[in-house]
Amino acid sequence: MAVDVAFLKSIPYFSRLSRDELDLVQKLIFEKKVERGDIIVLEGEPAEAVYFVGSGAVKTFRTSVDGKEQVLKIVRPGESFNDVAIFDSGPNLASARAMGPAIVYGILQRDLHAFLQEHPQIALNVANVLAAQLRHLASLVDDLSFRPVVSRVAKILLEYAGNGAGPSQRLTQQDMAAIVGTVREVVGRSLKALETDGVIRMDRYRIVITDREALEDIAGVS
Amino acid sequence: MIEMPVVDQEKCNGCGLCISVCYCNALILAGNVVTIVETEECGWCTECEAVCPTGAITCPFEIVVEPRRD
Repeated sequence: MAVDVAFLKSIPYFSRLSRDELDLVQKLIFEKKVERGDIIVLEGEPAEAVYFVGSGAVKTFRTSVDGKEQVLKIVRPGESFNDVAIFDSGPNLASARAMGPAIVYGILQRDLHAFLQEHPQIALNVANVLAAQLRHLASLVDDLSFRPVVSRVAKILLEYAGNGAGPSQRLTQQDMAAIVGTVREVVGRSLKALETDGVIRMDRYRIVITDREALEDIAGVS
Repeated sequence: MIEMPVVDQEKCNGCGLCISVCYCNALILAGNVVTIVETEECGWCTECEAVCPTGAITCPFEIVVEPRRD
């Protein structure tokens, strides 16, 4: 099914294009329907296409040699992913996985390059998109390089732990991130690491501190 | 009553992204805003909170200390 031209116009890459030019872009676009968990792009593979999310959400992430995932971004409708590899002709920079049923639209690298040469006016839009992605990644690098985040998260858990006498203040992962000075994704990884170490247990809406002394060691408060 | 994520309906713009990522059918669109359906299937994955563009849905954690078994 052809992508809606009005949707194409809303994508930052193509916002400066005329109706005729959008019609040309529409012919280059292919649609891909994916289900939860489907891998759309695999890190390290040769780059084939840049994608735009039409509906649903896609998570982009990099994977370490020991299999740990670092989320780079959640890509929502109208946003793009796999941009870098398409423009520097290197391998895919990150993997992309559908978070639920989603529709994504893609343009093959060769088609996008040919279109850019014929319609150079979209180059500034592309540069703006890449610049915004670079800022986002730079911010993530800042957050990840503050060490040790795990110990700061451990300290938060100790500070906000209830004594069981009554309801205690609840925190979202975003709250913890704001207090600690990092991003939500890094808090999530820290909690997983603490659970793997057997210091806490994630029990639905409860974070249960199972080894308070060990958590105090990690937090540096013992 | 089952503990469930919390929706601030004033912040909810009805985009439905949270519904698309929820694997336990705990969220539905009622009118133009998202409403929670209580279900024990909700595993508190917090994906709905992660994907929401407006911060309308939150999954707050209670932090407790497990009593020592001496």
